[in-house]
Amino acid sequence: MKRVLVTSLFLLASAITFAGGYRVGLQGQRALAMGHTGVAYVNSAELAFFNPAGLVFLENKINASAGGFGVFSSVAWQNEGTGQYAQTDSPMSTPFYLYGSYALNENISLGLAVYTPYGSTVEWPTDWAGSHLVNNIELAAIFIQPLVSFKISDKFSVGGGPIFVTGNVNFNRNANRFLTDLEGNRSNVTIDDSGVTNWGYSVGAMFKVTEDFTLGANYRSEIILESKDGTATFANFPNDSGAPITVGTTTIPSNGTTGFTASLPLPAELTVGGSYSKDKWVVNFDYTRTFWDVYEDLDIVFSNGQESINPRNYKNSSIYKVGFGYSASERIMLRAGYYFDESPVQSGYFAPETPRNDSNGFTAGLSYVISDSFAIDASFLYVRFKEINESYDYVDDGSSFGGTYKSSAFVPGIGLTYKL
Amino acid sequence: MKNYIKYMALSAVLLTACEAELDNPIEDGGVYSSGSADFSTFVAVGNSLTSGYADGALYITGQQNSFPKILAGQFALAGGGEFTQPLVDDNTGGLLAGGTQIQPNRFVLALDADGNPGPVRLEGTATTDITNVLSGPFNNMGVPGAKSFHLVAPGYGNIAGVATGASNPYFVRFASATDATVISDAAAQNPTFFSLWIGNNDILSFATSGGTGVDQTGNLDPSTYGANDITDPNVFASVYNSEIQALMASATGGVVFNIPDVTSIPFFTTVPFNAIPLDATTAAGVNQAYAQYNGGLAQYAALGLITAEERDARTINFQEGQNAVVIEDETLTTLPNPAGGTLPNIRQATAADLLLLTTSSKLGTLADPGNPSSVIGVGVALGDADVLIPEEQALIATAQASYNATIQGLTQANGLAFVDSRAILNQLADTGISFDAGTLTSTFATGGAFSLDGVHPTPRGYAYLANQAIGAINTTYGSTIPKVNIGSYGTVNISN
Repeated sequence: MKRVLVTSLFLLASAITFAGGYRVGLQGQRALAMGHTGVAYVNSAELAFFNPAGLVFLENKINASAGGFGVFSSVAWQNEGTGQYAQTDSPMSTPFYLYGSYALNENISLGLAVYTPYGSTVEWPTDWAGSHLVNNIELAAIFIQPLVSFKISDKFSVGGGPIFVTGNVNFNRNANRFLTDLEGNRSNVTIDDSGVTNWGYSVGAMFKVTEDFTLGANYRSEIILESKDGTATFANFPNDSGAPITVGTTTIPSNGTTGFTASLPLPAELTVGGSYSKDKWVVNFDYTRTFWDVYEDLDIVFSNGQESINPRNYKNSSIYKVGFGYSASERIMLRAGYYFDESPVQSGYFAPETPRNDSNGFTAGLSYVISDSFAIDASFLYVRFKEINESYDYVDDGSSFGGTYKSSAFVPGIGLTYKL
Repeated sequence: MKNYIKYMALSAVLLTACEAELDNPIEDGGVYSSGSADFSTFVAVGNSLTSGYADGALYITGQQNSFPKILAGQFALAGGGEFTQPLVDDNTGGLLAGGTQIQPNRFVLALDADGNPGPVRLEGTATTDITNVLSGPFNNMGVPGAKSFHLVAPGYGNIAGVATGASNPYFVRFASATDATVISDAAAQNPTFFSLWIGNNDILSFATSGGTGVDQTGNLDPSTYGANDITDPNVFASVYNSEIQALMASATGGVVFNIPDVTSIPFFTTVPFNAIPLDATTAAGVNQAYAQYNGGLAQYAALGLITAEERDARTINFQEGQNAVVIEDETLTTLPNPAGGTLPNIRQATAADLLLLTTSSKLGTLADPGNPSSVIGVGVALGDADVLIPEEQALIATAQASYNATIQGLTQANGLAFVDSRAILNQLADTGISFDAGTLTSTFATGGAFSLDGVHPTPRGYAYLANQAIGAINTTYGSTIPKVNIGSYGTVNISN
């Protein structure tokens, strides 16, 4: 039986929901298993992320959900024009979430949410063909959010709360396509910063149209992470003088550590959707619009006078999600879902640090009720991307870097739901 | 436990399944074809240009960017095998023989006190000692300094001959035996594919010596040649043919390169003939000093000892502005000096004279620090070894044309791929070659194609040559080897 289950999970998992850019859509086992839907699905404390307005509709006084994922992603690249190829060897990244709600009374619930909706971990082979754009990047942001949820009528509620974000970034790339020190070591720059903080908010509303049918909407604000106190390390440049040198039109910075400023937007997101329950079945539909157009460029200004301007020119993008749930027994709830995730990256801006094109996400999962209070939730996501021929045409020497890309991601997750 | 193992295996399968895989991965082979050629054992034969020599030295990163190494990297996509090179021990360049330095360190671009960049020899201790003989065989059989006939000369790798110039310190490092020849060590590897670029030094050493060697055309015994002599074209044809035959004994094909014009390399084109800026007062003073010489010329012309043409060519005249350098010209008529001895065989350079790159550090300096009128190029003529005059260029061009005719003939006779490096270097010198981040030109230090010795290419220059070879190979053998992106290869190295 176990084997059959695993096999069927594997078959189901032929696509997954993983959002474009550096958005990581993994904010709850139950939601993910249903195509990462949940803006109108009143089921667990996962609502703290998906729609805090719904917290007040939860049946129990105390609700909590916690869990994590292991993201195994990989990207293969090749350029048939030159015969070069490379594959990422990215370490597993582990997005997590922790949600809780407490019903003060029938009309007000309080909540707390901790989650990681943005991040990127990509590790290409050092000095690979695109190393002038990225060798490796690690980007993570933790959102911490107190929440309040009000029931305005038996059918309508609102909720929301301020978001405190703390982020960190580590990004290494080579200075250009060829510069080395005299020993042939490629000149490179690493920027590193942690504890970059800022504030934002999210608000949601929920409307119970009928006993079986619920509508919901949720908006999370844009938050811009501005890095000012980090360090930039210049290494293997053929210049140890402590000051930049200029030869002809080329300026070569000195090896050493300097400061930098950069800003990275975490875009706003609006989700609307519905949830319909009948007998043992649940069906969710969510539509998410992510306002990526705020990400115009990645500009890094170094304290040593160097500057790195990298146009990104992202466009707003949509995610279309559908999820199903089926109560197989008193103890077991089976879930499956699908989403289509539009990439915010426009043609000609396809940079290998976030090599995402449109993707199909296939999800599955189940909850197993252990006791009146506890349930174990598991989910499984496989994101499949179409192979794509794309390029980044804005390398600062005027060249273009491109080829054929194919990405995939495999994300198992496990969590716990508690209610009292 | 059994279940545990089963799940471990299953997870492994799942994780592997999630690795992104392209529809037609280059990595798995099959994307590129070798056509009718077999690249499994590629052996490159030649001189410094094959070895990856650059910046006046052989050093590791230069070797790693040799054109045969770049070629082999692309051949590997269509059945090419491993490509070994006799790597030196460091990136300092320079050679030692028993601890004594016999070849200088590499050049790097450094800023002088005024912030102006210029080539300087890299400081540091060379560590590559030729007494440390490597065990081969090596796919890269490029030997810096080798002439056509050296490749077939037994003992060219015998350390006993290094001091006298009878053998070559670079070949000493990796010759299979003291009496081995370069070509026999190459042929012994049974190459399935080869490259041959040889003959450059048969004229280049004459050229870089300012034409101080002898044109040996007519002398069929290369053992009597001096280091800076021009090789007899029949000697060249004979040894070149034997080299091709030795390599073709096992090879399915090969690529050969012809000999570029010396006038296309920055060693001969960087220092202008009119490199002397003077103000009016200084010019008048210099003319005063040459008045007697000029007067003598006029008299000898009137007497018919020299032509009016020679008189005009030899008459020294400086003006305000840029002035032509005064040079020695051994082809001028030797004339008696009324004051005793002979008049100097000097004249002012013209655009037809090629001043060697090495004169750039001499011109304008004092030959005699105590004598302010001994400015080199003005009061003191540049010597024969500093300038390639038209008569010397003509000897070079004649020999070169004959070598190139031999190369092209044997290319066709053997169905080989042919790289017209002469045309390529002329294009680099004339218009440059555009690539995805600019234009590659022959301009010294900044053009990107030539390293700081002014003779040998940079990695980017070598990559461009490798691409031209790939184009020729694909055309000749029906292969589909991809070219490299030359923008990913470096140019001159800066050190600060």
